[in-house]
Amino acid sequence: MLNRYPLWKYLLILVVLVVGLIYSLPNLFPEDPAIQLSSAQGETLELRQIQRVESALEENGIAVKASEQENGQWLIRLRNDEDQLNARDIAAELLGSDATVALNLAEATPGWLQAFSASPMTLGLDLRGGVHFLLEVDMNAALTQRLEVNASAMRELLRSERIRYRNTEVEGRTLSIDFASSEDRDNARRLISRDFPNFEFTSEGSDRSSRLVMTLSDQTVNEIQDYAINQNLTTLRNRVNELGVAEPMVQRQGPSQIVVELPGVQDTVAAKRIVGATANLEFRLEARNDTPDAETETHVFRNDPARSAELMRDVIITGDSVSSASNSFDENGRPQVNINLDGTGGTLMNRATRTNIGRNMAVLFIEHKSEDTVVVDPETGEETIVREPYVERGLISLATIQSALGNSFRITGLDSPTEAAELALLLRSGSLAAPIYFVQERTIGPSLGAENIKRGLLSVQVGLLLLVLFMLARYKVFGIFANVALALNLTILVAVMSMLGATLTLPGIAGIVLTLGMAVDANVLIFERIREELRNGLSVQQAIHAGYERAFTSIVDANITTLLVAVILFSIGTGPVKGFAVTLSIGILTSMFTALMVTRAMVNLTYGSKPVKKLWI
Amino acid sequence: MKPLSNLQIDFMGRRNLAFIVSAVMLVVSIGALVFQQLNLGLDFTGGTLIEVRYGAAPSLDAIRQLMVESGFRDVSVQTFGASTEVLIRLQQAFDPDVGSDVVNLLRSSGENVNLVRAEFVGSQVGDQLRDQSGLGLLVALGVVMLYVAFRFQYKFAIGALLALLHDVIIVVGIFALFQLEFDLTVLAAILAVIGYSLNDTIVVYDRIRETIRTSRIDDMPQIFNEAINSTLSRTLATSGTTMLVLLALLLLGGDMIQNFAIALLIGVGVGTFSSIYISGALLLPLKLSREDLIPTKKAIDEEEEELP
Repeated sequence: MLNRYPLWKYLLILVVLVVGLIYSLPNLFPEDPAIQLSSAQGETLELRQIQRVESALEENGIAVKASEQENGQWLIRLRNDEDQLNARDIAAELLGSDATVALNLAEATPGWLQAFSASPMTLGLDLRGGVHFLLEVDMNAALTQRLEVNASAMRELLRSERIRYRNTEVEGRTLSIDFASSEDRDNARRLISRDFPNFEFTSEGSDRSSRLVMTLSDQTVNEIQDYAINQNLTTLRNRVNELGVAEPMVQRQGPSQIVVELPGVQDTVAAKRIVGATANLEFRLEARNDTPDAETETHVFRNDPARSAELMRDVIITGDSVSSASNSFDENGRPQVNINLDGTGGTLMNRATRTNIGRNMAVLFIEHKSEDTVVVDPETGEETIVREPYVERGLISLATIQSALGNSFRITGLDSPTEAAELALLLRSGSLAAPIYFVQERTIGPSLGAENIKRGLLSVQVGLLLLVLFMLARYKVFGIFANVALALNLTILVAVMSMLGATLTLPGIAGIVLTLGMAVDANVLIFERIREELRNGLSVQQAIHAGYERAFTSIVDANITTLLVAVILFSIGTGPVKGFAVTLSIGILTSMFTALMVTRAMVNLTYGSKPVKKLWI
Repeated sequence: MKPLSNLQIDFMGRRNLAFIVSAVMLVVSIGALVFQQLNLGLDFTGGTLIEVRYGAAPSLDAIRQLMVESGFRDVSVQTFGASTEVLIRLQQAFDPDVGSDVVNLLRSSGENVNLVRAEFVGSQVGDQLRDQSGLGLLVALGVVMLYVAFRFQYKFAIGALLALLHDVIIVVGIFALFQLEFDLTVLAAILAVIGYSLNDTIVVYDRIRETIRTSRIDDMPQIFNEAINSTLSRTLATSGTTMLVLLALLLLGGDMIQNFAIALLIGVGVGTFSSIYISGALLLPLKLSREDLIPTKKAIDEEEEELP
C-alpha cells in the first residue's frame, strides 16, 4: 500500500504538535517590567511597606499592574517599561536601608501553562541589556597567599619550640627558611614535616648558610587552585546577591576563569567595583622597639602617606574571620564599620589582645591591583602587554588596646560613608581567596537590547514571509504542505529551546533565520524528485513514494554533516557562537522531523490511496 | 522555472573556465589575506570598544581630537549604523572605568551622550580565541572529511574538502579585501558556510553516485553533467530561499549581525558555485571511476530490484 501512514505515526505527529504548542506559547506573553524588593536583613518585607511603595508610585503617575510575594521577595509589576528606573528610585528612597530594590522582568506566563512548567526562553544580555564580565583568577597569588599563611604558622611553631631562624622566603611554590646552624635546621625539619605533610622537603647548605627548602606537591597545588576558584565563586555569588540583581549568573569557565553576567544592571562602574574588589583587612600588632627586623614591616597610612608605623609581620586575623559587618557613624559623625567575628576569629583576637593591653593594634587595608605596561621587544619590535600584579597595603587605624577584645568591635579611620558601606559589604560577603582581574567586559545598554529584539523579530518575520511566498509560487499545493511544516518547525524549535532553558541571543535569532532558510531544503529536494519521477513517467502515487524514498539518503547525509559542524561549533565556541550553534543544531533536528514526517503525513492524508490524475506541484 | 529542469547544460565541458574563475578568486583572496590582512575584531585583538549615542550627529574629528587631547592613545572613531551612533576603539590596556570616563569626557562638551555598550577584551583572551577558532575550523573540516570518506569514498572526501577550503578562503579573502571586520559572529558564519556548502556538495555527490550506479555509459563527464543538471533546480531553489532570508537578516537585522549576514551571503553564493562546478569537476582529475563505487554483487542486485 503506497502512501499510507499507520495511525500511530499520525498520533505521534499530533502529540509533538500539541507539546510544541504548549511549550512555545509562554514566549508569546511578554515579561512585565517589575521592581523586586527584598529586605536587607533577609526577612520578608511587610505588606504595610509594600502598600506604602505602591501608593507612592501611584502618586508619581506610575501604573502598577500587580504585586506579589514569592520566596520572601516582593515583586511589583509595572505597566510601562519607561517607569521601571523611576519606580526603583522611588522605592529605594522610601524604604531606605531596610530593603534592596532591584530591576526585574517578571514572567507573565498564565497559570495553566505554568502547570506544565512551561516557561519562556531566557533572553541573552544582548537582547535585554546588562553587563558581562570575564574574570581571570590569579593562581600564582593564591599559591603565594597560602604559602605566606604557612610561613606565619611555621614561624610561630619554631618560636614556641625555641628554634632560632633567620629569614623566610616565598617564591613560586617553594618556601624556604634560613638557619644559623645545621642542627637547628634539622630540628626544624623534623618538627615542620610532622605538621605540614603537604610539602616536599630538601636541606641545602650547612652551618651558617643552612637552609630548609619546602616545595608544595603537584596535588596540593591543584587543590589550592580548585579551592581558590570555588571560594571565589561563592564570594562573587554573595556579592552579586548583595547587589540585588535579578537572575545573575556566576559561572566557572575553563581552569581559571569566571563569567559573571548581570542582566539589567545600569550602573556598571559600581557593579564592577563590587564584583572585582579584592579589599580585605588584616589585624596586626605594632612592633615593639626590641622586635628583630626580620619580624617587622613598615606600612604607611592610607590617608596620610607621610605617617608610617612599624608592624609585626604576623597577622592576628584577616577579614576572612568576619562573620557579619555593618556600617554606621560614630559619636563624632565619622563613618565606622561594626564587625562581628566568628568563633575562631574571636578566640584568636581575644588571646592576642588579652596579653598585649597597652600595645597598639593596627588595621591594614589590603587591595590587590594590577598594572599593565607595554613592553617592546628590542629584537622584533613587537609590543606585548605585561600585567604586573601588586598588592597595596595601607594602615587605616592604629589604636591602643584598652582591654581584651572579644567577638565584636568596630573600626574607624575610613575616608567616607561610601567606603565604609562597601567595606562592610565586602567583609560580609567574604573576601576573594585569590585576586581576580577583568579580562573581558561587555556592557549592553537596555535600549540596544530592545532594538536588537525588535530587529531580530522583524527579520525572522520578513524572512519567513518571503519563504512562504516562494514555496507557494513554486510548488503550489505542495508549497502549502511545506509551509505548514515550516510553521510547525518554528514552533517546535522555540518549544525545544524553551524546554532546554536555552538562552536566546542575537546570533541565536540569526541561527533561527538561517535554519528556516535551510529547513525548506529537504522539502525542495523531495518535491523536485517527485517532479522528476513524474516526468520519467511514474504514476502519481509511485512518484510520491519514490520522491520521498530517494531523497531520503541525500537529506540524511546532508543534515548529519551540517549537524557535525554545529556540534563542533558548540564545543569550541563561547558566548555568541554557542548561542548560534545551539539553535542551528536544534533546528536541523526539528526540520528533519517536519520535512520528512509531517509533510509526508499531509501528503498521505490528501493523496494517499486515492485515484489522483494530476499533482499540483 | 520549470523549463530549467529540462535543461542539459554542459557543465563539465566548461570546467576549465570554472577552474580559471576559481583560481582567480583564490589568488585574489590569498593576496588580500597576505597583503591587506584581516581586519580582526575586538574579540581577537583585545582592546576596548565603546559605542555611544548622540542626540544630534556629532563631528567625528572633534571627538577624535578631544580623545587625543585627554591622553587616550590609538583612538579610532567611526559612526556605526546611524550618524548619531559613534563607535570608539581604544587599543590601550584596560582600565575598569574607561567606559564612563569616555562618556563623561564627551558630555563635558555639553552634548547629550548616552552609553550604548562598552566592551573590553583582554589580549590574552584574544590570543586564546584565535588559537581555538583555528583549531575548531580544522577539526570541523577533518570530521566532515572522515564522514564523507565513510559514507562515500575517499576521492569524494578529497573533492569535498577542496571545495570547502575553496569556499572558506574566498569568504575570508573578501573580508580581507574589503577590510570588513572579522569577529566571532563572522567566524560562526564561516562554520555555518562549511555546513551549508557541504550540504550542497553532498546532495550533488549523492546524485553522482546514484547516476554512476544506474547509468550504462562510462563517460564520467557526461554522468556528472546528468547528475548536476538533475539536482540543479533543487540547488538553485535552496540557495534562493536561504539567500532570501539572509537578505532579510542583512537589511533588517541591525548592525550587530550585518557582517554575519554578509559572510553567509557570500558563502552561500560561493558554496553554490563550488558545489556545481568545483566539487564535481574535481572528481575528474581525481580519476573517479565506476570501480570506485561498485559495491558488492548483492548490493547491485538490490539496487536493480528497486528500479521500476
